[in-house]
Amino acid sequence: MPKITINGKEIEFEKGMTVLQACELADVEIPRFCYHEKLSIAGNCRMCLVEMEKSAKPIASCAMPAAEGMNIKTNTPFVEKARKGVMEFLLANHPLDCPVCDQGGECDLQDQSMYYGVDKSRFVENKRQVKEKYMGPLIKTQMTRCIHCTRCVRFATEVAGVPEIGAIGRGENMEITTYLEKAMDSELSANVIDLCPVGALTSKPYAFEARPWELKKTESVDVMDAVGSNIRVDTYNWEVKRILPRLNNDINEEWISDKTRYSCDGLLKQRLDVPYIKKNNKLQKSNWDEAVSILVEKIKTLNPDEIGGHIGDMINLENALSFKKFFSVIKSNNLEFREKNFFIDPSEKSNYIFNSSIKGIEQSDLILLIGTNPRHEATMLNARIRKVFAQKKVPIYSIGNPGDLTYDYTIIGNNTDDIKKILSNESNFSKILSSSKKPVIIIGESALELKSGKYLIEGFKKFLKNNNFINKDWNAFNFLPQNASTVGLIDLKIISKDEDKRNSFFEKLKNNQFKLLYLLGSDNLEIKKNNEFIVYQGSHGDRGAEIADLILPSAAFTEQNGLYENLEGRVQECKKASYPIGEALEDWKILNLILKALGKNENLLNFDSLRKEVLKSIPNFSKLNELPNFKDFELIDTSPYFESEEVDIKELDYFFTNAISRASKTMSECRQIKHNSKKTGTDNL
Amino acid sequence: MSLKKVHDEQPKEFKFSNENSKKAEEILKKYPENNKKSAVMPFLYLAQRQNNNWIPLAAMKYIANFLSMPYISVYEVATFYTMYNLAPVGKHFIQVCTTTPCLIRGADKIVKLCKEKISPKQNELSKSGNCSWMEVECLGACVSAPMIQINDDYYEDLDEKSTKNILDSLIEDKPLKPGSYRGRANTSPEKKQTINGENHA
Repeated sequence: MPKITINGKEIEFEKGMTVLQACELADVEIPRFCYHEKLSIAGNCRMCLVEMEKSAKPIASCAMPAAEGMNIKTNTPFVEKARKGVMEFLLANHPLDCPVCDQGGECDLQDQSMYYGVDKSRFVENKRQVKEKYMGPLIKTQMTRCIHCTRCVRFATEVAGVPEIGAIGRGENMEITTYLEKAMDSELSANVIDLCPVGALTSKPYAFEARPWELKKTESVDVMDAVGSNIRVDTYNWEVKRILPRLNNDINEEWISDKTRYSCDGLLKQRLDVPYIKKNNKLQKSNWDEAVSILVEKIKTLNPDEIGGHIGDMINLENALSFKKFFSVIKSNNLEFREKNFFIDPSEKSNYIFNSSIKGIEQSDLILLIGTNPRHEATMLNARIRKVFAQKKVPIYSIGNPGDLTYDYTIIGNNTDDIKKILSNESNFSKILSSSKKPVIIIGESALELKSGKYLIEGFKKFLKNNNFINKDWNAFNFLPQNASTVGLIDLKIISKDEDKRNSFFEKLKNNQFKLLYLLGSDNLEIKKNNEFIVYQGSHGDRGAEIADLILPSAAFTEQNGLYENLEGRVQECKKASYPIGEALEDWKILNLILKALGKNENLLNFDSLRKEVLKSIPNFSKLNELPNFKDFELIDTSPYFESEEVDIKELDYFFTNAISRASKTMSECRQIKHNSKKTGTDNL
Repeated sequence: MSLKKVHDEQPKEFKFSNENSKKAEEILKKYPENNKKSAVMPFLYLAQRQNNNWIPLAAMKYIANFLSMPYISVYEVATFYTMYNLAPVGKHFIQVCTTTPCLIRGADKIVKLCKEKISPKQNELSKSGNCSWMEVECLGACVSAPMIQINDDYYEDLDEKSTKNILDSLIEDKPLKPGSYRGRANTSPEKKQTINGENHA
C-alpha cells in the first residue's frame, strides 16, 4: 500500500483516497463544510486547506487525491492562517443570529469558528440579504445563513434522485433554491436538514422547540416500515421532540425517510390514555378494573374458537409472544398478523426475508422487482437500489408498473404469464437473468396477494436454486415485507394456516364467525363489523379504536423496550425513550392483568423471560444487530396453482400507513401537498 | 448585478420554430448522444433569439425536456449567465459597458444619459416602450471606449453628444448606424503617422 506522511507520521492508505481521508486514518481532524462521505466531492468551501510540501499554496485536502510520498502538514501556522482567512470570508455574509438559530449547539460553522473565527469583522459593507425560500412543510429556510456548500444540492441529485434543488445566480448573488420554490418531491427530503452545516435549512416542525443540549438522546430503531432504520430519539421530559438518523452502513447509512423522522408528532396526538368502554353506543372513560372484568367475562362465556386475535404492524416481539402465550392460555389458535391475505410459507426462514441483505444490493449486477414499489414500501432500501443504479448503472427490471422510483427501469410485463415465461426459460429475460452474476429478485406483498402467490415463490426458488443463485455467498431470493413486525411475527409462527381454507383466520373474519376480536395495535385490518365484540389494545385512537367496544391503552414504540426484526431478519432493539401516557401500560403488562383476573396466576409473564424466549424461538438467529445465519434447503417438488392475472401493485398512502403517522399533523400536511401536486399535474414539478 | 428574477407574466407555451428546430438538430449533432445536455447553452440562445430577446420559463422547460435534463439545471444555467435575459427587454436593447477602460473614458456619463432618457432603473422598459438598458461587463471593444451595444451592433467612440443622438434616434425608432462616432474605420488610427516609411498610430 502507498504511504503518506501526515504531520511527520508515516501511514499507509488505500489507493484512491483523498488527502482528507488519509488524514482521518492518521487521526487528524480536518475542518470541513462541503465535504461529506456519502456525497460527491465539491471542494468549494475551502475550509479543509492543508499544507503540502513543495506546494507554494495550501491545498484543499478533500479534493486532492492522496499520492505516494506526499508530505502533509495540518498544524502549522501557515495552515491556521489559511483556514482563518477562509473562515473570515464565510462569516462575511453570515448573520450573527446564533441565539435565535435552531442549529445553535449543533452547528458546524459555530463549532469551527470557535477555533478559526476572528473576533472582529474587517468588513464595513452590509451583509447580503437573501429572501427565504419555500421548500415544503418539512424544511424551514433562512437563506442568509447559507454558506453555499451545495451539500443539499448534491444530496437531492445523487442520493434522493430528485434533482430539484439547485444554485441559481452567480458569485455573491448565488442562491440555493428548489425549482420555482416548490416542495421537494422526495421521501428523503428532510435529510438535507442534517446535511446543512449551518442553520440555513432547519426543521420546520421542530422550529424553536428545544436546544440540543436539553434533550435526552436514546438510540433506537424505527418501526414505520420493515427496514428498521437506526434512529436516535430526542426527548424533552417525556415528549419526543425529534427523531434523527443514526449511522448504520448496513441498513440506512446516514439517512432516514421523512415518515420516520416526522411521524413523531403523532406520538403526542390521538393518544389513548385510559381504558374506554362502549356504553349506549358511545365510548366512555373507564378504569382498568372495569375494563378487564368485562373482557374476562366475555372470554369466559365464549367458546375459544370464537375468539380471534390480530397483531398490528408496529408490535415488538416480546409483546407479540406474550399475546401468543395469552391465546394459548385461553386455548384459541385464531391468531394472525397479516393485514391482507398474502401468501407466506413460514416453514423456511429464507422464504420470507430479504436474503441478499440491504448492503448486499450494492454488489448486485441485476435487480428484478416483482409487484413492489420499494420507494413507498421500503424507502431506505430504495435509496440503496438508487445508489447502485447511480454508481454502476445496474440494469433494473420490473414486473408491474410501480411508477416513479427515482431511477430508470424496464417493465418486462404486467401479467403472471410473463413470470411463467421467465421461469420456464421461454422469455428473453431468462437468459439475461441466468447470465448475470449476482442478481437480486425482490418480491413484494402485492405479488403474493395474487392467486399465484405460491407459484411465484416456489417457481423463483426453484429457478434461482437451479442457476446456483442461492448459496452461502449469495442468495438472490428476496421478499419485501411492508411492516416492522412482519418478519418477527412469522418467526414466532403467529400466522394462521392457509391449507385449511375454510378454517383460516381471514375466512372466519369474512364470515363474521368471531364473537370476540382482540386487536393488538392492529389498525389496517379490513373488518366488516357485524356483532363481534371488538377489543382494541393500542396506543392511538385510530381505525381499530373507532370500531372497538373496549379500548385498552398501551404504550407506543418509543415508550417501551422491545425487539424488532427487520426485513433482512436482523434483530434490533428499540429502546425506551419516554413513558406511556396516562394510565397506558406495556402490552404484556395488560395481558398480565387479564391473566390475573382469569385466575391464571401460574401463566403470568415477565419481560426478561419473554425476551429470552423470543431470542430462542427465532430460527437461524446469530447475534443482535447481525444478519441471520444462512441455512440451505432442499427443493420440494410441487406444482402450485397458477392463474393468469395482472400484477397490480397496490399503491400505498405513503404518509398515512400506520396509526402514528395518521395522527401526525406533519404527515397530513405532506400528504396534502403530494395530493395537490398530483391533482394539478406534475408539469410544474 | 443582482440575481436575475424571472418575469411575472410568462407565456404558457414555447416551441422552437421550424427554422430553429432545424438549427437545434444541427447543434445536437456536435455532441455525443449521452452528453447532449451540453447543448443547453446554444439552445437557450436560440430560444432567446426566437422570443424577442428574452427566455420565458416555458422555453426552459421545453429545452429541459428536449435534452432530458432536470428543469433546475436549465434554470441554473439561465440565471448564471448575464447575457440570458429572463424578462422582456426593449426592442432596442442597450448594453452599456462600464468596465475600467470605458469607465475611464466616460461610461458613467452614458449611464447617466440612459437613466435620463430611457428609464431610471436598469432592465426597465422606457416610456415609449421600445427601449431598455443595462450595465454590462467588458464587451471587448476597449480600443474604442466608451462604447455601447445595441442589439447586435457596437456603437463606439462615444461622447455625451453622440450618445444623446443615438438614444433619441432609438426612442423615435429610427436607429442611427453603428460603428465609430469619431469617424474611425474599424479600429484603425485616426491620424496616420509615417515613421521610417512605416505606418504608425
